[in-house]
Amino acid sequence: MKKKFKFRFTRRAFAYPYMIFLIVFVVVPLVIILINAFLDDANKFTFQNFVEFFTDAGGGLTVLGNSLIIGLVTTLICLAIGYPVAYLLAKYHANSRVFVLLFILPMWVNFLIRTLSTKAIFMAMDVELGMGTVLFGMVYNYLPYMILPLHTTLCSIDHSYIEAAEDLGADKMTVFLKTVLPLSVPGIVSGITMTFIPAISTFAISEILSSSKIFLFGDAINMHFSKTTNSFGVGSVMSLVMLVLVVVANVIVNLTSKDEEAASVL
Amino acid sequence: MKKRKLIARICADGYLGLVLALMYLPIFLIIVFSFSGTSRFSFSEGFTLDSYRQLFDPELNGGLLNALKYTAILALSASVISTVLGAFSTIGIYALGRRMKKITLTVNQLPMINSEVVMAVSLMVFFAAFSAVFPQGMTRLIISHVAFCTPYVVLSILPRLQRMDPNMYEAALDLGANPFTAMIKVVFPYIMPGIVSGFAMAFTLSLDDFIITQFNKGDTGIETLSTYIYEDARVKSLEPFWFAVFSIFFVVMFTLLLLVNIKRTQKEVKK
Repeated sequence: MKKKFKFRFTRRAFAYPYMIFLIVFVVVPLVIILINAFLDDANKFTFQNFVEFFTDAGGGLTVLGNSLIIGLVTTLICLAIGYPVAYLLAKYHANSRVFVLLFILPMWVNFLIRTLSTKAIFMAMDVELGMGTVLFGMVYNYLPYMILPLHTTLCSIDHSYIEAAEDLGADKMTVFLKTVLPLSVPGIVSGITMTFIPAISTFAISEILSSSKIFLFGDAINMHFSKTTNSFGVGSVMSLVMLVLVVVANVIVNLTSKDEEAASVL
Repeated sequence: MKKRKLIARICADGYLGLVLALMYLPIFLIIVFSFSGTSRFSFSEGFTLDSYRQLFDPELNGGLLNALKYTAILALSASVISTVLGAFSTIGIYALGRRMKKITLTVNQLPMINSEVVMAVSLMVFFAAFSAVFPQGMTRLIISHVAFCTPYVVLSILPRLQRMDPNMYEAALDLGANPFTAMIKVVFPYIMPGIVSGFAMAFTLSLDDFIITQFNKGDTGIETLSTYIYEDARVKSLEPFWFAVFSIFFVVMFTLLLLVNIKRTQKEVKK
């Protein structure tokens, strides 16, 4: 008994350095952001930063609105293009890994390289840089992140459900709407978060593909923390808003895929 | 009926092909016109290897080589540190009580789900607040890269550990091994595939990172490939030199990734 206690103790101890690491380099920095949100330039307690952001004094709320719209449009286009891709891949090419891989590969090429390449092409074609090019760049960048989770979910659907629906007399459309689509909801939700959250918070894509004309939430956070502006307070409030969006998105993901995922992670 | 199925199949493949073509068109164009020696996407100067010759021009490639050096140092040290840290802590986390395990894994997920900008900014403010302890430069970069890579290492090792028969470890103890030997000789070999894929993931993530590096590099002159491209090519337009660099990148990345994945598929088929 004594020996057993000792061995469990030693094994647990391996986790302690990392737990300290997580507290120091993940939790504490976020707490500092939280504190910063309540401090003014003279390090005194204030609600001014929140007032400034939520009354749209510096245009922060407008930027958030624009980012949410662009993020939403990007996500919808990705879903509209990506769902058929994932569906057809699962239906016809479930066994050819390389073909599936081709759709995922661009994810691993540095996004700056890809974005700058598209910009060069747009400029050579004399396309005016603006909303259209930014949306193209966003979709181009985040499409693989939509296809990957959708494909995983669609491939894991038990084929007997579809056969059962067919045997019970459902036509093709009904089979899709009543069995495949509902069963792929976890994939849809995780695809949406994997595109939506990065899309509203990137700062380089919109900057490059609109020649700094279009300003998104990530650009705004970047600007507030730059040395020239140095308005950490409002920047911190914006980071907190972003953090809230992230947490909400992940709560939704966890709720939709509770049964399988939660069990496997814990 | 058979004919209709065939048509459906052709339409499906047509759609998939079209999406793939669009996804790869920019990459393809860059590679083709890297042989034009201009950045105007035309062969007005004919076929030439000029842009590739520029790679050897010390005036042009100085910044690039410097960035490549730092990228390699950073990615290697960050991935080695996060793999070692991740491997040991996963074993520890696995042995934790239910409550502590849940809390640790939740915090562990934070860097993965958090928006990169927020994580970058929070680390920047943190380092600025304790600047005496964390000097600008490599120290900050390695710490921040380890912070966002280790969670992926932990999550790639944990499933393997969960599948391992706990009796194997006990058996090693019964046969006279002390806990440390049992760990090295029994547990580690079993979770090795998880460690390897965790390392690969950490390495690629670190290699590919832009936002966290951009915020935390400070002004010590350290540039990684991503930040150097951002600083150089964003301001000026894309010069022929970059066409050559990007082309080499595309080809190397795609060959490597395809090779790795084909090999993995073959292994799985054998099993």
